[in-house]
Amino acid sequence: MLTKAVNFVSKSASLKQYLLLVQHEFTAEWRQRNALGGVLLYVISTVFVAYLTFKRVDPLTWIALYWIILLFASVNAVAKSFIQNSPGRMLYYYTMANPISILLAKLTYNILLLWIIQWIAFVVMRVLVGQPVQDVFMFLLSGALAAIGIAASGTLISAISHKATNQNTLMAILSFPVLLPILTLEIKLSKNALDGLDRFVSYDELWSLAAVDVLVIGVALLLFPYLWKE
Amino acid sequence: MKNGLHWYKIAAIVLLLLTCWFGFMGQVPRLVVLNESIRNLYFHVPMWFGMVVILGASAIHSIRYLSKPDAVTDIKAEETAKTGLLFGVLGLATGAIWAQYTWGTWWSSDPKQNTSAIALLIYLAYLVLRGSFREDQQRARVAAVYNIFAFACLIPLLFILPRLASDSLHPGNGGNPGFGGYDLDAQMRMIFYPAILGWILLGFWITELRVRVKKLQLP
Repeated sequence: MLTKAVNFVSKSASLKQYLLLVQHEFTAEWRQRNALGGVLLYVISTVFVAYLTFKRVDPLTWIALYWIILLFASVNAVAKSFIQNSPGRMLYYYTMANPISILLAKLTYNILLLWIIQWIAFVVMRVLVGQPVQDVFMFLLSGALAAIGIAASGTLISAISHKATNQNTLMAILSFPVLLPILTLEIKLSKNALDGLDRFVSYDELWSLAAVDVLVIGVALLLFPYLWKE
Repeated sequence: MKNGLHWYKIAAIVLLLLTCWFGFMGQVPRLVVLNESIRNLYFHVPMWFGMVVILGASAIHSIRYLSKPDAVTDIKAEETAKTGLLFGVLGLATGAIWAQYTWGTWWSSDPKQNTSAIALLIYLAYLVLRGSFREDQQRARVAAVYNIFAFACLIPLLFILPRLASDSLHPGNGGNPGFGGYDLDAQMRMIFYPAILGWILLGFWITELRVRVKKLQLP
């Protein structure tokens, strides 16, 4: 299976095709600005609701709020990558490009999208609820690493549930437990960053998070071609 | 496939009879807090070994399905995952009972308790996923993909996260000495390792029976 997948990749995936698809993702998203705006507004309004209910929060609650908001926003954002596409368009992609390029393009787009969502959430939280994080660089770095893993598993799960009958429920129940390892590591890392602990304290978790990211991306790349062929 | 009394079924019967006999009647070290509850080692811990091995077998069936689609392989993957889930539930239950008598509560938010509960959620989601397709081949393929992905996620969940946690009540974690250190004497090992093997073999036996039933129901 592995050699088959590797051959498949080297034969037909090219950098040019990948770049073209990434570009296509961005233009397609730009054409339906409503959806993108919806995701961003979702982040802002949930933070605002949290602000209205909590006013001032202690640091631990801050972390919990931040990640709950981000989890739901991210899953909603990533779910769009396959679920809302019409069968006709999928067929069109299928005839035009090879699955690895498509997955990589979606993944690149989703990672960038999640980073932007995180930064917006961070800024809005900072303005409204306050910002207790002491080591901001570490906080954003670990968040960025977690976003890669969330985007990778979310994209694959979206492709999985896109085939089923009750897409939206499945997206939630399939992705939350799978995302929990990443989230657990990430919450620990952001707690360390929040307390401004020495950075070497977090190296163990940072490496584990990176390893989980690599694992998830690798497995997603191996498995996606099997979902794709119909 | 022959459906008779295979060697592994005989081995399972013998090993589990030995486990039960020596597990309840054998000598165990007298330790504070643990007391006689240490006998649960022969029943609780093998459930986790069994769960990981059986879920691994399920993932292997799924890989086999993807490389060569076949309805029977899909049935095997599903039934193996169900047996793994059963072992997980039993492991959680025996663990909770043990925790009630030694740690004082059924559930103490121990990292291992939490991660294994998450593992069960992942596989329950697998069963829900299987239920939401109308077409058999599509269900088999998509479920196989999710099953492999789920097992890949299970590895960091069960083997990396509990080790990083700093506060655990389980032996060998969070600064507690491991069972191997001085709790587990040579005689207990003699029962413990065969018990693991016996329970795993029983798991495969249960799976085999269910696969046979499902095969008869194939159109």
